[in-house]
Amino acid sequence: MSNVKQKVRAEEAEHPIAPYLRMDRIPHIWCPTCGIGTVVKCYATALEEAEVDLDKTAIISGIGCTGRVAGYMKLDAFHTTHGRAIPFGTGLKLGRPELNVTVFSGDGDLVGIGGNHFIHAARRNIDLLVILVNNFIYAMTGGQNAPTTPLVARSSTMPFGNYEAPFNIPNLAKCCGATYVARWTCLHIRRVTKAFREALGKKGFRVIEVITPCATLYSRLNKLGTGLDLMKFYHDEADICHGADTRDVEIDFQSRIVCGKFVDEEKPTFSERREEHYRNKLGDDFVGMPSEGGWLHE
Amino acid sequence: MKFWRKPLDYDKVSVPHGTVTIIKDRCKGCGFCVEYCPKDVLVMSEGFNKKGYHPPEVVKEGECVNCNLCEMICPDFAIFSVAIPEDEAPENEEEASEEGELDDED
Repeated sequence: MSNVKQKVRAEEAEHPIAPYLRMDRIPHIWCPTCGIGTVVKCYATALEEAEVDLDKTAIISGIGCTGRVAGYMKLDAFHTTHGRAIPFGTGLKLGRPELNVTVFSGDGDLVGIGGNHFIHAARRNIDLLVILVNNFIYAMTGGQNAPTTPLVARSSTMPFGNYEAPFNIPNLAKCCGATYVARWTCLHIRRVTKAFREALGKKGFRVIEVITPCATLYSRLNKLGTGLDLMKFYHDEADICHGADTRDVEIDFQSRIVCGKFVDEEKPTFSERREEHYRNKLGDDFVGMPSEGGWLHE
Repeated sequence: MKFWRKPLDYDKVSVPHGTVTIIKDRCKGCGFCVEYCPKDVLVMSEGFNKKGYHPPEVVKEGECVNCNLCEMICPDFAIFSVAIPEDEAPENEEEASEEGELDDED
């Protein structure tokens, strides 16, 4: 009896994440054991728990494996050119201040090709949530050396090991002025979800770095086993250290990964500063942007 | 479940139960759910799905505690668990309480 009941349930049942995804595009193209799907699930759960208005939420991604996310999420989405997710998000946020804008992209896209946009958006403190999925390599194009590839790790353009110093993303974000900086691995599902939920309720330039396994390229080129082996490695080597000095959280090849929330502070955002400045300068002549809808609002 | 010492609120705490549903054709056989299930409810099956991967299967029916970990960690959105309401609770609740009583003797 219970078997029959369960079979009926299995046929009828739809995954709880279904309202947040464009189900006609599922199954997605990510490789087996890739962690990006887990991060998407965590983001969808955070949206659900934070009870944000989905009509007022937009998601922007660039190019790359993680760039596919904008196409899979059932939100207002835009898939920009390589590295230009943050400029598009900046324009969207300034034009439609009522939107909750998330930039969801990879390490090569955000700090490699779009590195300049990243530091300037952080400097100006644009009101964006940046989810940076770090797999240490340019995975979609064939495993080229990325600005986050750790020293001595191999990539397809550095077959004898990488000799360039990598970026320390939390430190970069903090030094440029981000208001919320956290790093987790995609094994810390509850904590990643909590970080997303927390960041969705804040203002300013918020950066959450999520480390994910790349079994097809990073792991294969470095002989690290499958994605499951990398997950076990994160389990053994990830240390949670909230409020750690971001200068000490650099990632070396197969070394300790310091996770946690490093920065959480309040600062006036770009729009608030602009508003305040013009109000001081122009007085009553200044006509501010209506906070509920921007100029396009009918 | 075996306790070294019986918890003080043992009678009040009710263990939740869940049913795991696997959408087999969406699975890519990464094995995350099998590895991280706290109750070892799942194993990799011998059979293949449409794409040629081995999807997981449920072996310990009724032991799922509806922690949703498999649902959260699955990168392919292929598995989820749904809570069973209290009145439909499975039979093994009696077993659990019996074990608890056994522990109580010493």
